[in-house]
Amino acid sequence: MSIIIDKNTRVCVQGITGREGSFHAARMIEYGTKVLCGVTPAKGGTDVNGIPVYDTVREAVEKEEVNTTIIFVPSRFATDALFEAGDSGVKLVVCITEGVPVLDTAKVLKFYREKDVLLVGPNCPGLISPGKSKVGILPSNIFKKGRIGVISRSGTLTYELVLHITNQGLGESTCIGIGGDPLIGLKFIDCLKMFEQDPETEAILLVGEIGGHDEEDAADFIKDNISKPVVSFIAGKTSPPGKRMGHAGAIISGGSGTAKEKIEKFNSVGIKVASEPEEVGILLKEIV
Amino acid sequence: MNLHEYQAKELMKKYGLPVQEGRIATTPEQAKKIAEDYMCPVMVKAQVHTGGRGKAGGVKYAKTPDEAEKHASKILNLKIKHLPVKKVLLAKAIDIEKEYYLAVIMDRDKKSPLIMASREGGMDIEEVAREKPNAINKLWVDPVYGLLPHQAKQVAFSLFDNKIFALKNTKIVSTLYQLFIDCDAQITEINPLALSTQGKLWVTDAKIVLDDNSLARHPELEGLRDPDPGEEKELEAKDAGLSYIPLTGNIGCVVNGAGLAMATMDLIKKYGGEPANFLDTGGSSSPEKVEKALSILLSDKNVCVILFNIFGGMTRCDDVAKGILKTTRAMNLKLPIVVRLTGTNDKEVKNILKDSPIDSVTSMREGVIKTIELLEEGREKGEER
Repeated sequence: MSIIIDKNTRVCVQGITGREGSFHAARMIEYGTKVLCGVTPAKGGTDVNGIPVYDTVREAVEKEEVNTTIIFVPSRFATDALFEAGDSGVKLVVCITEGVPVLDTAKVLKFYREKDVLLVGPNCPGLISPGKSKVGILPSNIFKKGRIGVISRSGTLTYELVLHITNQGLGESTCIGIGGDPLIGLKFIDCLKMFEQDPETEAILLVGEIGGHDEEDAADFIKDNISKPVVSFIAGKTSPPGKRMGHAGAIISGGSGTAKEKIEKFNSVGIKVASEPEEVGILLKEIV
Repeated sequence: MNLHEYQAKELMKKYGLPVQEGRIATTPEQAKKIAEDYMCPVMVKAQVHTGGRGKAGGVKYAKTPDEAEKHASKILNLKIKHLPVKKVLLAKAIDIEKEYYLAVIMDRDKKSPLIMASREGGMDIEEVAREKPNAINKLWVDPVYGLLPHQAKQVAFSLFDNKIFALKNTKIVSTLYQLFIDCDAQITEINPLALSTQGKLWVTDAKIVLDDNSLARHPELEGLRDPDPGEEKELEAKDAGLSYIPLTGNIGCVVNGAGLAMATMDLIKKYGGEPANFLDTGGSSSPEKVEKALSILLSDKNVCVILFNIFGGMTRCDDVAKGILKTTRAMNLKLPIVVRLTGTNDKEVKNILKDSPIDSVTSMREGVIKTIELLEEGREKGEER
């Protein structure tokens, strides 16, 4: 097993005719993901490297029985792409696009709760269950099938850490980048619950950063609800307060949301926090 | 994006909120003139993008125009948390009976707008939250249905014991919410919402923080941007699709991805170096972007060595390597450069860089250690830029 995506994941790519959409659709297919079609309004009936394109996501669901969509459309069209995806009948939406207005995300999330649709992102690299499926932009070659579940607010930092997991001879059950925006769909706690239930996951790596207090909430949740060992890494120990560090959600405000607070919180509930990327692999190796 | 108090107040006034009358001055003479026009005591308030203005001496009461001039002259020479004061707001002083707090913020946990109201106004709300959490009334608003009339009343009732007075002032709550929605804010805050001795409510201080993701659909608000010193470079970077924040060290870093950029800074610090900046090249790293990144980094005269840490996902390493090479040659760059490129198309990188003086390493730690070594070598040789 794995969480959220596996061999049965049937994917539609929203924005497949764009540069990033077509590039990553090809990479996902190479990996073995069932990318069955793409959607670009008014380009229905054409194809991208042999992948059929439809005008609407609903049509994609009807014709190709997709259950997942991944969104690459530019930010000014992303809100409607999110609503369209949620209204189409798919059960999982992965939004790569960065720059979705936060109030729009709030409305989309409300809509998704009513429709029982899971959202990963926005502003995320997507997810991968090694050996089964990849719905995202993560570089496939660094992942290896294994027993570590990875949850992260970051993209490239996750790849860096996965490299060190792989270097220790370990691999991943599922690796999920939940996104760097202030409002996101799946959060640490949602993913922790799923990894706890997943028999293939033996240990969990939680990658956090400055801003908000999701890491602190996750620490409390882990203490009471997670029996599997958890290792953490927190980025932003040297970040100045009041500045948005790239990610919309990565900001220390009112003196709260610092890396120090998060690391202390994890330590207080007995979760080991790696002091640098390479140590992540070493700590996990000790546990597994 | 943060607005100044006076900008927030102008927006609130436009929406019909009872904003205390005030005008902006950039010189002590202007301040005196405004105080004369008002013919009453005024508050002289520094306009800077930070809290704690009062404690720093940036907010003063003036009984006469001469006093206003004196205070303005002092305040306009202040630096509050490193930010020079360029403008002061002269506001008609109000005799205050009691201070309230009212704000709409975006709550990351409940994923909805949250209205916070408290009878403990005038203080830092984080402090109230710590010391008297029960003194803050919270009401979450469904982002789809919006604030319903009974909810606005509920907030007003939580603030005021006099029911008639509460009903009369419910509009302040609903208007503040509407402003929050209309300008895609992350925070719209009135603190304090002051009750005058005449029994009328006034917005005497205001704060608005806008959602950067939404500014594209609010060109009218973009015009309110007032860059702090040093922030011009951040904005120039933003226009080029980069995110850049200057720091005080001497190791310039170019990294793809915000998380990795922060982790790179942390690692530099761990091994005894000092990062000169945060720089995230975002989704792609075209040669144009690399060039822009380098020119921004080099404008910081403290930078003595540059570390590239690129882990390819969306970023293609061959593009980046070519860009680094082309740019450093074109700029005739003499600074030592360490490059770590891993990921999509990384096999071509070695070939591209093999005839250049650029140091190519395979791991992030190796890159950081090498960078610090080069810095120290340079220092021993007494090299300067």
